[in-house]
Amino acid sequence: MAVTYRNDPYDPKQVALLDPEALGEAVARAEEAFAAAGDPDALAGLKHLHLGDRSPVSLARREIGALPPAAKADAGKRVNQARAAIQAAFDARAEELERLQAERILAEERVDVTLPWDRRPRGARHPLTTLMERIGDLFVGMGYEIAEGPELELEWANFDALNIPPDHPARGLMDTFHVRTPGLVLRTHTSPVQARTMLTRQPPIYVVVPGRVYRTDELDATHTPVFHQVEGLVVDEGITMAHLRGTLDHFARAMFGAEAKTRWRPHYFPFTEPSAEFDVWFPQHRDGPQWVEWGGCGMVNPRVLRACGIDPDRYSGFAFGMGVERTLMFRHGVSDMRDMVEGDVRFTRAFGMAV
Amino acid sequence: MRIPLSWLREYVDLPPGADVAEALVGLGIEVDAVVDQAATVTGDLVVGRVAEIEELTGFKKPIRFCLVDVGRERPQEIVCGASNFAPGDLVAVILPGGVLPGGFEIGARKTYGRMSAGMIVSAREIGVSDEHAGIIVLPPSSGARPGEDARPYVGLDDVVFELEITPDRGYAMSVRGIARELSHAFAVPFRDPGLAPAPGATAEPAYPVVVEDPVGCDRFAARAVRGVDPAAPAPEFIRRRLTTAGIRTLGLAVDITNYLMLELGQPMHAFDLARVRGPLVVRRATPGEKLTTLDGVARVLDAEDMVICDETGPISLAAVMGGESSEVRPDTVDVLFEAAHWDPVMVSRTARRHKLFSEAAKRWERGVDPAVALVALDRAVALLVEYGGGATDGTVLDIDHVVPPRPLTIDAALPGRRAGVPYTAARVVETLTAVGCQVSTSDSELVVTPPTWRPDLTDPADLVEEVIRLDGYDKVPSVLPVAPPGNGLTAAQRRRRAVATALAENGYVEVLSYPFVGASAVDGPAVRLANPLSDEEPLLRTSLLPPLLGTLKRNIGRGHRDTALYEMGTVFLPRPGAGSPPEMGVERRPSDEEFAAADATVPHQPWHAAAVLAGEVEPAGWWGAGRAAGWADAIEAARITVAAAGIPADRVTVEAAERAPWHPGRCAAIAVDGVTVGHAGELHPSVLAALELPRRTSAMELDLDALPEAGVAPAPRVSGFPPALIDVALVVDGSVPAADVQAALVAGAGDLLESVRLFDVYTSAQQLGEGRKSLAYKLTFRAPDRTLTVEEAVAARDAAVAEAATRFGAVLRGA
Repeated sequence: MAVTYRNDPYDPKQVALLDPEALGEAVARAEEAFAAAGDPDALAGLKHLHLGDRSPVSLARREIGALPPAAKADAGKRVNQARAAIQAAFDARAEELERLQAERILAEERVDVTLPWDRRPRGARHPLTTLMERIGDLFVGMGYEIAEGPELELEWANFDALNIPPDHPARGLMDTFHVRTPGLVLRTHTSPVQARTMLTRQPPIYVVVPGRVYRTDELDATHTPVFHQVEGLVVDEGITMAHLRGTLDHFARAMFGAEAKTRWRPHYFPFTEPSAEFDVWFPQHRDGPQWVEWGGCGMVNPRVLRACGIDPDRYSGFAFGMGVERTLMFRHGVSDMRDMVEGDVRFTRAFGMAV
Repeated sequence: MRIPLSWLREYVDLPPGADVAEALVGLGIEVDAVVDQAATVTGDLVVGRVAEIEELTGFKKPIRFCLVDVGRERPQEIVCGASNFAPGDLVAVILPGGVLPGGFEIGARKTYGRMSAGMIVSAREIGVSDEHAGIIVLPPSSGARPGEDARPYVGLDDVVFELEITPDRGYAMSVRGIARELSHAFAVPFRDPGLAPAPGATAEPAYPVVVEDPVGCDRFAARAVRGVDPAAPAPEFIRRRLTTAGIRTLGLAVDITNYLMLELGQPMHAFDLARVRGPLVVRRATPGEKLTTLDGVARVLDAEDMVICDETGPISLAAVMGGESSEVRPDTVDVLFEAAHWDPVMVSRTARRHKLFSEAAKRWERGVDPAVALVALDRAVALLVEYGGGATDGTVLDIDHVVPPRPLTIDAALPGRRAGVPYTAARVVETLTAVGCQVSTSDSELVVTPPTWRPDLTDPADLVEEVIRLDGYDKVPSVLPVAPPGNGLTAAQRRRRAVATALAENGYVEVLSYPFVGASAVDGPAVRLANPLSDEEPLLRTSLLPPLLGTLKRNIGRGHRDTALYEMGTVFLPRPGAGSPPEMGVERRPSDEEFAAADATVPHQPWHAAAVLAGEVEPAGWWGAGRAAGWADAIEAARITVAAAGIPADRVTVEAAERAPWHPGRCAAIAVDGVTVGHAGELHPSVLAALELPRRTSAMELDLDALPEAGVAPAPRVSGFPPALIDVALVVDGSVPAADVQAALVAGAGDLLESVRLFDVYTSAQQLGEGRKSLAYKLTFRAPDRTLTVEEAVAARDAAVAEAATRFGAVLRGA
């Protein structure tokens, strides 16, 4: 290689420290020392030996000033390269050692994550309550409001106002709990809230009524004297049975999936005319897709509207209702009514905070 | 009600293969069961010809050993206890392997010293009637041949529908009504047996009768048959159909009345003319009058009951049950059939009063056709003459005060408007005519006269239902109505949900207990049930706790010793002196005042929330020891409830209280804005002992409706400056409540105090003095606009301590 320097001849002997071999050895020694350092502290202790003021590369840098001008640039470049190589080796080793140390600490801190931490046993909400809330929410989302009334109710609201006069056979069919005060009963259905609602609101009325009701049945696998219903009432101008069907179909799909649908069987309820019982097609039934009896419905009997002060020539309405226990039973495959009644924590916990 | 298909086919031409059950459901008649009678006897039920009979002797009763040709290679050997047959007779034989109704399996076995392989059956044994005097002997005219399936010959070829009839449809409680309904479903001809011609009243009555109360009895018709053979049995078809319907056969005359009730829906009665004394009088009973009914019960009558009397007094409880003294007996030769029409309300009350829910009463309270009485009588007379051999003198009694059905006027478009289906006027007229109405048209209005058998068609809405029902409910389209914007949940509803969620998230499990309690579970006035399910629990709860503790006990009994439960529900608090609600009609809306007066008699039923817990609230585990549930958890549950209800902690006070059923030293009253809303703490040891619940079981109960509305919470100003934290330990008398000391600190510290928290309670007679305690608080001071200096924080701390010193003599510990 023909290198020409202005101050020829170049005399490298005068500056042995700047000798490329010497610099190369300094780098090699530094790399060797850093690699031998076992932890970040040991590495830190080596830094001054190879990068400090007395380190070979620092000493070499001092000699540059004495070089002829033509050699300075070349020597400076060489020293810088050597120093940069040592610094890089140091940084790489430092990073590696920190990583190793972090890994070691993490390994030491390993625990058995399968240990249970059930210090606070979980609570749960009763599925009947959450099912009623879910139904309520669906209708509230459609603009309905949730109406309520007393469980110990006026006989007038539970029967008379609903077109069930005192000697009507339908009264006999609803095995009623009477109290010592004549004229009061434990409500046999949520329908008295219809009467209360119509007495206190003007149409348009769109309400749902979840609540607890009573009949004098002994508790067994399919009966309970205390149970729950959800009922809907709409009174507005121009309400038809088609609206009733549309509402029930929507309700069924929201509760039982897009495939769900309803069908009607003509029936008799004193407070609706026409009346029907309705079934729901439930694709996810435990025993395979099938029709399941769900509830009763119909167009509000004009007699009921009249008794509650609503002009039956101007307004019409529909009402529907179903048993919440029954709904829970077929939706979730509950086979015994007593499970919903007895309050065993195992049953309720299985449903968590929502159904 | 059970009706066989063969009976229906007599009056309606059902197409072959018609799905009758589905059609009935579509018409609103609930089908509880469909019984194919052929399947009620399984295995080989075959025709046999009796070949030889050997009378076996030496037994208590006559026994026969028979050889019966059943169409096989060898005759069947069968031992039989009946004797009403002779060699050559055709009989029905069930062969080994067959099963009779009730699961009675037939085998080959040794009996009376002989092998018997199969059984010659009676009508009762195969369930077609209650005839059991002998085995079935088929008439030679039947054409049956040995070895053939015997079912068609013995009446086991029918299909029986078990139906549930709604309370409005009396007419459907008959073959006549069901056949009519089916004719609508299949659009096939219907021959109405109720419209058959029948002779009307004759100048000479069949028997002298006076109806004194034409309101209770608006029709009374009667005819007599004399000289009947008292031994004549009802023909097989009547016995079979009564058996199918579940009605006992009681002799020809009575069987005929029951048969016609099933067919026409007209309940009837048969009197023994020889045992009736003098003219009959139909009237209300006089209070206290006595009558022994057919069931042998001596009844004391009410002034509302209707009775049929002769000279001796009441001989029949009208419409419900006949009397013993005049009933048809095995020696009756002269029969008087009665077919009347009674006031449904009267019958319903009488049936309920005397607890006589007979087949007749069921029809009366649902409504009976007042026009069918003479038809029923004519049929009854004809049947009795035909099968009992008597004669009639042709006289007919008919006292008729029936008011004909009132015509209704409806807009022809009304059914369409209600259904949301555009029925034409012609379609409306067609359907109403099909159910038996007479319809005349004037402009767009229809004048509709319902048939006599439909007393339920009283309102336009009833006609609307008939149109939609016959046209088919399934044709009503599905249209979702759009409700006007609603207001969402009410504040009370949101609050109940928030409380329930908070309690559940804090480890409590929701239960829904029955609200029935015993006298020991209430400590004040309570609502008493007139007809409780259990005499032990005749009252309605005034507190959620007694039933809830019962549920806790059940859980503990099932092994859940560490259990925390909550319940939300209403309690029933009588209003003293409220009395009974006043009568309100239904012809018009009650006025606001009338309804308010009635509503004021309804007991107060506020929503409560309650929680109970027993055992360990935190179990022992690999982390260390567990923690027993106790009074503090119950009080915290109350605080959680109040907080979830949106009440800020600074409005809530907790004070020591004494109240049943809590431990007097471990009970807190929870108050909001100074008003007590409930209690919490450990339950009284004697209460727990009586309920057999674990010691330290704790509970809380709050009146949710007594909590003030949460209102709109003001946002706090959140300071970004650093806090100054200072701990103070104050020594006070042991009786001073910690909450009071804390209140004093808060009052004294001024605005710079951000929070205060008690972190230690320490007692030591040696270090603090007898009866003293040390309460250590962590005070956090912070200013909204600057970093506090040490001097400011210390000054505030000193002011706080000074206030506690002033109020309670608190001394800074170590000072």
